[in-house]
Amino acid sequence: MFVLLCFQSGPASLTTEDLSTNANGPKQASLFDDDPDDLFAEATEEVSLDSPDRDVLLSDGPSPAITPMTPPTSVITPRIGHAHDDMFTHSSFDEVEEDGGDSFDIHISVSDPEKTSMSLFKLREFSVRRRFSDFLGLHSKLASKYLHIGYIVPPAPEKSIVGMTKVKVGKEDQSSNEFVEKRRSALERYLMRTVKHPILLKDPDVLQFLESSELPRAVSTQALSSAGLLRMVNKAADAVNKMTIKMNESDAWFEEKQQHFENLDVQLRKLHASVESLVLHRKELSMNMASFAKSAAMLGNSEDHTALSRALSQLAEVEEKIDQLQQDQANADFYFLSELLGDYVRLITAVKGVFDQRMKTWQKWQDSQMMLQKKREAEAKLQFNNKPDKLQQAKDEIKELEMKVQQGERDFEQISKTIRKEVGRFEKERVKDFKSTVIQYLETLLQTQQQMIKYWEAFLPEAKAIS
Amino acid sequence: PIRSVSVDLNNDASLLIDIPDALCERDKVKFTVHTKTTLSSFQKPEFSVPRQHEDFIWLHDTLVETEDYAGLIIPPAPPKPDFEGPREKMHKLGEGEATMTKEEYTKMKQELEAEYLAVFKKTVQVHEIFLQRLSSHPILNKDRNFQIFLEYDQDLSVRRKNAKEMFGGFFKNMVKSADEVLISGVKEVDDFFEQEKTFLLDYYSKIKDSTAKAEKMTRSHKNIADDYIRISATLNITMSFVSLQKVEGRVASDQELKLTELLRYYMRDIQAAKDLLYRRARALADYENSNKALDKARLKSKDIPQAEEHQQQCLQKFDKLSESGKKELTSFKGRRVVAFRKNLIEMAELEIKHAKVRSSIQLYYICFIMCTNELQYAWGICKILCEQI
Repeated sequence: MFVLLCFQSGPASLTTEDLSTNANGPKQASLFDDDPDDLFAEATEEVSLDSPDRDVLLSDGPSPAITPMTPPTSVITPRIGHAHDDMFTHSSFDEVEEDGGDSFDIHISVSDPEKTSMSLFKLREFSVRRRFSDFLGLHSKLASKYLHIGYIVPPAPEKSIVGMTKVKVGKEDQSSNEFVEKRRSALERYLMRTVKHPILLKDPDVLQFLESSELPRAVSTQALSSAGLLRMVNKAADAVNKMTIKMNESDAWFEEKQQHFENLDVQLRKLHASVESLVLHRKELSMNMASFAKSAAMLGNSEDHTALSRALSQLAEVEEKIDQLQQDQANADFYFLSELLGDYVRLITAVKGVFDQRMKTWQKWQDSQMMLQKKREAEAKLQFNNKPDKLQQAKDEIKELEMKVQQGERDFEQISKTIRKEVGRFEKERVKDFKSTVIQYLETLLQTQQQMIKYWEAFLPEAKAIS
Repeated sequence: PIRSVSVDLNNDASLLIDIPDALCERDKVKFTVHTKTTLSSFQKPEFSVPRQHEDFIWLHDTLVETEDYAGLIIPPAPPKPDFEGPREKMHKLGEGEATMTKEEYTKMKQELEAEYLAVFKKTVQVHEIFLQRLSSHPILNKDRNFQIFLEYDQDLSVRRKNAKEMFGGFFKNMVKSADEVLISGVKEVDDFFEQEKTFLLDYYSKIKDSTAKAEKMTRSHKNIADDYIRISATLNITMSFVSLQKVEGRVASDQELKLTELLRYYMRDIQAAKDLLYRRARALADYENSNKALDKARLKSKDIPQAEEHQQQCLQKFDKLSESGKKELTSFKGRRVVAFRKNLIEMAELEIKHAKVRSSIQLYYICFIMCTNELQYAWGICKILCEQI
């Protein structure tokens, strides 16, 4: 009865990557490079973790050892209501709408404060309150510091004018509650991803964000919101494409990986669209069930045969209960699957951005090499024409350019190295993330089914009692 | 084939009817009607004829138009085979073929073919039940046209055309437009019929509403099943999601067979019962008018014998209808209760079964993902779980 599995599992042991860069790049002899579409393919690189500081863990929900049935404990809880009044007294002169309406409490617990070399984490558990704009501000700072050197900075959640207006107006209804919850959950995921990154965790801006009781109001968060980031990345991509000199990719690894991420991007977007459709249809089903339940109840009332009338009323009750189940399931569909996929669509964009940065770096290096070449030619000319003072100037410029070229090469090698590490880490995290989320999602499906069995088993004797 | 809607009708060995076979040609369905009989009124003990949907409608309409059957509930006509839904989807699928992967296309096509098949099965069943209702009715099964329908080995289309010209569908149209008003307007003399009238009018509107809502539910289920197909196609993980979808899709069609079909069928059956009430109400109105005419005649001392005879005829007709109607409506109630019971039980059992299958699949998948590095271990768990279904 069951479909046979056509499923590729990861390799039994992870291969350690040779990090030395050489012109041809190490070719990963992996079974799974030719199946980029398998979302569960294990990452084939193991990054050597040289930082002992990685011991600092911010504990939150699901730990790597999967413990089913425990819901993730909420790291971030929203605070609205009175906080929103004093925000409002400030008028904002930013181009962007100041999100005065919501602030969030972050609960942080550090697992081993003694082990950490960061003296800042003295306390085991503490909380801070942050505004939504603070999160955006943090992200924009991190992006400006780390993106151009090849680090995959997790993108911040999107702003939503429509949703925000509703909350500001103080509308205490279903949709505004949903909006706040959606935002809370998105911020939590964003923050978790950021602090899981070993380099970003050490960043002073991040530490300040986690620790200080008061943060200065973030200015011009418009600069690098997610949408802004996307625009920046796209502009960079366009610039790269417009370059007449195509980068000679001597490293097959990069070529492969870029293709891999292209494919992944397409796949994830498709999936995301399908899951959004699923959420919608399940909500529709729940509505239709509720309306059928009412109709069946009325039919039961109308029925003049007593036992049948009772059974029809019971049927109406069962359908109503199941409708509630379907609603909850739709939420699970959304929070587990849809949001996960949405996050990864944005993350892949950030990854692609980082590859583009590498190309820019390469281009810079090439440009300085070309300049050096020109200057050398000019120098030769000057020597031939015997112009001693201009010659010295030329020699100085050449010296400068030689250093620039060397720096450019170093930068390029560095960014390539960083990206390899980052991609390795990213892929590992991705697989873990998907695995744990899909399992949580399946658990919700399972729970729904178990409940449905209970409801129908309770109904069955009622149906049998009709005589 | 499961008889989803009515109780077992094909019990009497003297006349056994079924539709063992049907052919679908460009949305025109050709049914093979197979009869086995011990009755001498038929020429052969066993025979088959090809019939179209229009032939069934002809038979139904002639029965409705027959005066002698005015006191009977005429089994509702089977609805026209409707392949519009899957056909439209197939068309859309063809248009969108370029935008989807080969895998997705294949899966959706398979699903659509299953839908087609389900519609096909449903229409065969509904036509079969119509004939079996007739064969199990002590008066209707002796109808001459019914026999012709079963036996006549030529094309019925000529007869159909003649019938249309003869009756012109007059009675049917009248019933459609006036019944509610007339039934509710007539002053009822009999408690039984008073109650039946109230009950049937109310029940009809409720069941009509429930049928529509159940159909909407079924459509939502189908949409969800389609979403799972797309998800599984994109994931290339052919396992759980596909199985889930297969089960989800199957649920959509099983639920449709049980609940929606049940409601739909009885909605039509109740309409047929209402038609009976209407005819009786008509007869009562005629009787009351004949009384008035008689009084008038007596007053004028003119044409009294004719008026008396007319009044007698009306009374007889009315009494006959009432007597027959009472029997029909009582047995109708019994039939309805039994059918609901059977279908509700079967539906609940199917829901339980499917929920169990789905949870096993989900558990199995959870274990599998958790143990992706240890295939053998995962496979072992999966096997154990499968055996528990």
